[in-house]
Amino acid sequence: MKITQGQFAFLPDLTDVEIGKQVEYALDKGWAVSIEYTDDPHPRNVYWSMWGNPMFDLADPAGVMMELEACRREHDGKYIKVMAFDSAKGWEAVRMSFIVNRPKHEPGFELIRAEGEGRSVHYTLRSYSSSHPRVS
Amino acid sequence: MNKIDNAKITDMKERYKSGVLKYRQMGYWEPDYEPKDTDILAVFRITPQDGVDPEEAAAAVAGESSTATWTVVWTDRLTDSEYYRAKAYRVDPVPGTPGQFFAYIAYDLDLFEEGSIANLTASIIGNVFGFKPLKALRLEDMRIPPHYLKTFQGPATGIVVERERMNVYGRPLLGATMKPKLGLSGRNYGRVVYEALKGGLDFTKDDENINSQPFMHWRDRFLYCMEGVNKAMAETGEIKGTYLNVTAATMEDMYERAEFAKQLGSVIIMIDLVIGYTAIQSMAKWARRNDMILHLHRAGHSTYTRQKNHGVSFRVIAKWMRMAGVDHIHAGTVVGKLEGDPNVISGIYDICRENHVPQNLQHGIFFDQPWASLKKMMPVASGGIHAGQMHQLLHYLGEDVVLQFGGGTIGHPMGIQAGAIANRVALETMVKARNEGRDIWDEGPQILMEAARWCQPLRAALDTWKDVTFDYASTDSVDYVPTPTPA
Repeated sequence: MKITQGQFAFLPDLTDVEIGKQVEYALDKGWAVSIEYTDDPHPRNVYWSMWGNPMFDLADPAGVMMELEACRREHDGKYIKVMAFDSAKGWEAVRMSFIVNRPKHEPGFELIRAEGEGRSVHYTLRSYSSSHPRVS
Repeated sequence: MNKIDNAKITDMKERYKSGVLKYRQMGYWEPDYEPKDTDILAVFRITPQDGVDPEEAAAAVAGESSTATWTVVWTDRLTDSEYYRAKAYRVDPVPGTPGQFFAYIAYDLDLFEEGSIANLTASIIGNVFGFKPLKALRLEDMRIPPHYLKTFQGPATGIVVERERMNVYGRPLLGATMKPKLGLSGRNYGRVVYEALKGGLDFTKDDENINSQPFMHWRDRFLYCMEGVNKAMAETGEIKGTYLNVTAATMEDMYERAEFAKQLGSVIIMIDLVIGYTAIQSMAKWARRNDMILHLHRAGHSTYTRQKNHGVSFRVIAKWMRMAGVDHIHAGTVVGKLEGDPNVISGIYDICRENHVPQNLQHGIFFDQPWASLKKMMPVASGGIHAGQMHQLLHYLGEDVVLQFGGGTIGHPMGIQAGAIANRVALETMVKARNEGRDIWDEGPQILMEAARWCQPLRAALDTWKDVTFDYASTDSVDYVPTPTPA
């Protein structure tokens, strides 16, 4: 299965040139770009591993692309996303997020149903990837 | 009418003689009044009866929406009546519309109970709307001072936290209202929810009139919908939600339905505007306590927002709802099947989303409105929109909006999932192109065609709906147009 988190998940994979243009858009807005990776893309896994801090003082998209390349070298075969953070008052939040790297085989999730009274069901999503934790 | 007849009477013995006085004689017309920072301000469009001059009509509105009755009462003298009187302080003719005037009225903060939309509206849109000396009356805009705003909770969740909960950034959210509105069984209804969410939407939605009818009772709907939601989450890795409509006959019923939605793990519930302001505030507090996003469907509003001469402008309703504490509000599409002039809609979207809305007469905004950090409310665009309009929707409505394609998803010739894919691809394509610096207003159709080359569902959507537009003049438009400045 293809996980469709992120703002460009339904498009063909972005090329490095296309990623660079999105990074440029974020930097023009004054947002700090950051890179995060994981092998467990559970929709409620909020805290992916940070590839360093958000690049607050960076102005050139090429710097982000270098970091992305380095992250890919070390974590190829994992999910990697590029994010942009806006520190403006009233936001102070992520403003962009898109996946730029994913494993060749995406294991997906098991839907576990715990049946309760009154026909109600408690649902749990379990990442298949978490049943075979990587050594890293 | 001579000047002396109209002047405010300052001799107390004269002023409180039993009988009938003009409202301006009683002191409700104060052209020299300087509104205080703490005053609540309102601007009404008034259409006085023939023979009633606009200042007297404005004074009457101020009187009838605050302390006055039709005749002099001596019991005023037991109060600091000068202080409690609302003051009409300005009257302007409506540009290009003879017989109509904008009347500005200031109300002291002490006239209102803290944190109560019901109390605020009982004065401002109470008896005064049936007052005979006026042919028609419309509340156009209000300025709510921070002193009063801060007595309200505001949106239970707000745009920022909603995005964090949904894990969706950098693009509008996508939704669809389940169709047909009435008649589906719970099991069939859940199928439509599942297909639309699996296909790529973030949200599906109950319609306003889906509550608990003979063909589908509410528990059945909730259970099947949550099966659809969770199955779609497992198959996409995304957070999904379905607006479970908890609107019901009593508060007890609504709380029961909301609690069940919470138990089942739903991230969002919905209510209809027709439940009333107090019920809305109660549900907003429940939503804040229970980490629930609260969607408001504005069922009923067009009965009083649409005609320009009488009623309440929707921009005022939007302000009240941000104070009352809902997270989502249907706020117009510009291009769809329902009423919506681009300038009016732009003003309403600003009211929903900005922390400070400056006066902008061309957008129908009469006052500066600071929001004092009340959370942002997500506007929802719904009603007759389709993938082929994506560039226009993004241009007019921006990024912080839920775009809801009901017919435009479910009516897709290749099925519901294909309909959802078409909308999601069109949306992501357009956001990407905009971010890359392309001119989406001019190149929009071209950008969509490029994506349709590799996305068959999008091509089918564009072919099916390419000629569908709803090009009618709006009844609710703005009165002020920009004046050309000499070069």
